[in-house]
Order: sequence, then structure tokens, then C-alpha cells
Amino acid sequence: MRKIWWKFLAAGLLLYTAIFGLIGEVPRQPILNETIRNVYFHVPMWFGMMALMISSLVYSIKYLRNGQVQDDVYAVEFANVAIVFGVLGFITGSIWGNYTWGDPLPKDPKIIAVEVGLLIYSAYFVLRGSFEDEQKKARLSAVYNIFAFASFMPLVWILPRLTDSLHPGNGGNPAFGKYDMDSNMRMVFYPAILAWILVGVWISSLRIRIKLLNNHLQDNL
Amino acid sequence: MQEIKNLIIKDIILEWRQKYAFNGMVLYVVSTVFMCYISFKLKTNSIEPITWNTLFWIIILFSAVNSITKSFIQEKAGRQLYYYQIAKPSSIIMAKIIYNFLLMVFLGFLGFLIYSIFMGNKAENLGLYLLSLTLGALGFSASLTLIAGIASKSDNTSGLMAVLSFPILLPMLSMLIKLSKNAMDGLALSASYDEILVISGIDLIVIALSYMLFPFLWKS
Repeated sequence: MRKIWWKFLAAGLLLYTAIFGLIGEVPRQPILNETIRNVYFHVPMWFGMMALMISSLVYSIKYLRNGQVQDDVYAVEFANVAIVFGVLGFITGSIWGNYTWGDPLPKDPKIIAVEVGLLIYSAYFVLRGSFEDEQKKARLSAVYNIFAFASFMPLVWILPRLTDSLHPGNGGNPAFGKYDMDSNMRMVFYPAILAWILVGVWISSLRIRIKLLNNHLQDNL
Repeated sequence: MQEIKNLIIKDIILEWRQKYAFNGMVLYVVSTVFMCYISFKLKTNSIEPITWNTLFWIIILFSAVNSITKSFIQEKAGRQLYYYQIAKPSSIIMAKIIYNFLLMVFLGFLGFLIYSIFMGNKAENLGLYLLSLTLGALGFSASLTLIAGIASKSDNTSGLMAVLSFPILLPMLSMLIKLSKNAMDGLALSASYDEILVISGIDLIVIALSYMLFPFLWKS
């Protein structure tokens, strides 16, 4: 019971986000109108994806340091769920963009960045698939994971700030926090981020447990 | 330091002995440029400056991937084991990166020469263009060498090489295209400090990571 309190927290916060995200007060902005509520679902996907990618990176580093198979399983499953979050963020973003920017896939550095990120993590799984030997697979994919993460970061954090972007907070556009989001929205937005990150960790922990049990079964056969 | 120097000299001598591989790379660049010449210049007799620039970088990207892929598969596994006994992995990766950098600078400059003969030279600030070529050669060689190390462990080296390296090179490539576009427009050096800084930063990160991560690859 002591260890699962955060699952109740995640479920509760998510419920809170869903209810207050849909019925809560939001400021009326031109063009954005009611679609601003998507901020509770679209933006936390990226926070969740980043958190999971960082966890995956940490476990890859841990694997290289001490070579425990368990750490490799953690790294893979975090990356797996990060991809799902990335795809969800991509979809929610293009639905939103369709109604606000008039184009589901406008020319924008952040969209390009996430496309590249999804490519990188897909390449990570292709790499894993091409080795038979477990140890070799784990070591090489951990190396690639670290390397890919480090070259992905400048794409996400630096390049959008140098070029023009439609996203708030880049290329001279004001960030959401400055003008659009009032304190009512903030009351939902921050819990939403926490809730989605926790849900991501929850899903990955389930997958990790299944994988570890499977490994255990196979060892005992 | 001495070790790195010896390893670079070894690579150069090896390359010199089997000239066919080197000639193959040069021919790869030349024939790709010639293909672009036939498909663009002869057909329509005109090429947009942006297309000119992007086409050149794609040629360089492909020849880089093609020539660096063989860094670790050229030599037999037995000889790799021998190097493992006598040299530190960090000096092996540094030597390979420096060697590939020299190779890429040579191929890039040669490619640029041939490209400007066939397709016309559209770079107004030639110095800046060559600087971007050099920075690109450094970044390509550093990241591709590590990825060649990863890919060489699998059976499907060349396929894996493209899949693993393209997404990683994309941020660098887009910055390089931007920088060389500035050079084509004849902007002064001071207008592109931002780009130069970012590209050098990415280069440094990639080199440092290759240096740190390669020992783990080398073990398997």
C-alpha cells in the first residue's frame, strides 16, 4: 500500500484534469477560443515524453556502468512508452493546429524536431532487432541511446529558439505563461503535467514487470 | 598522443596500399555530381540557389556515410583484437575521427571543386562556405565514426548505418545548410556567428561523447 500511493495520485490528478480541464474557466483568446483547453493534454505529452526519455537515458548509463540486464529492460520500456507519448503529442498537436493555424502540419522547427526524435527512437528499436546476442544488443543500444539523446537535445532546445516558430515562446512569440494562461488554467495545467508523467511511469513500470517476469520464466525453463 | 599519431599514420598507409577503396570514394563523389549535372543542368539549364546548396550537402552527406561506413569493417576481426591489446580504445577512436576528418575535408573540397565546375559556383563568400564545409566534415566524421563502430557489429552494416545516422545528422545538416546559405548570399562572417557557434557546439558534444562511449563498444 505504501508503494502504490503515487498510482492513486496519478489517477486522481488525471480525473481532476479531465473534469476541470473541460468545465473550468478559460480566458477567451482570439482564434484559440475553447481549443486552449488542449494545453492540458497536448503540452503534458511532451513533458511526459521528455521525462521518459531522460529515464531511459539514465538507465542506459546505469547499464553501461554495471551491466545489469534489468537496467537494459528499464531503458527499453521507458523508450517504448516515450514513443507512444510522442505519437500522442503529435496527433493532439496536429488536431489543434488544424483549427488554429489552419494546417495540421505547418512548417515549424518543433514539429520537425519531434519527427526526428521519433525517427531516432525507431532507429533504436531497429538496432535492437538486428542483434541476437542479449549482452551485445544491450550494450550497443545503450551506447546509441546516449549518443542519440545528446544529439537530439540541441534540436529540441536550441534550434527552435534560433529560428521562427509558430509555437509560443519561440522566435519572438510570447510564451503561453506570459499572457494567455491565467491562474485558473495554471491550477489545472501543473497537475496535468504531473499526472501525465506519472501515468507514463506507471505504464512503463507495468511493461517492465511483464518483461522481467518473462525473462524469469524463460530462465527457469 | 604518440599512439594517436601512429594509428593515424597506420590508417593513411593502409588507405594508400589499397587505393581502390579511396578511388572508389572519389569516383562516388564525381559520378554523383555528374548525375546531378545531367539531371538538372542539362535538362533545364537552370538551378535555384537553394536547390544548388541542398543538393551539394546531400551529395556530401551520402559520400560521408558511404566512406566512413568502412572504418571498422575494412580490417579483419583478428587485427581488431590485436589493436585491442596494444592501444587504448580512446586513442583508437580519436585516431579514427581525425583520419576520417582529413578524409572528409579532402572529399568535401574535391566535391566542391567538381561541383562548382559542373554546376557553377554560387557561393559569394567562398571562405565562409569552405568554413562550413570544414565544420561539417568535423561533425560528420565524429558522429559517423561512432555509429560505424556500432553498425559494424551487426550483419547488416550499410543498412543500419543509414538508419542510425540520418536522424542524428539532421540537426547538424540543417544548421550547415543555413550557414552555407549565408555564405552563398555573401553575408559577412559576423552575421553568422550564431550558426558557427551552434555547429561548433554540436561538433564538440559529438566528439566528447564518441570519446567517452567508444570504450564500451570496443569491448564487445
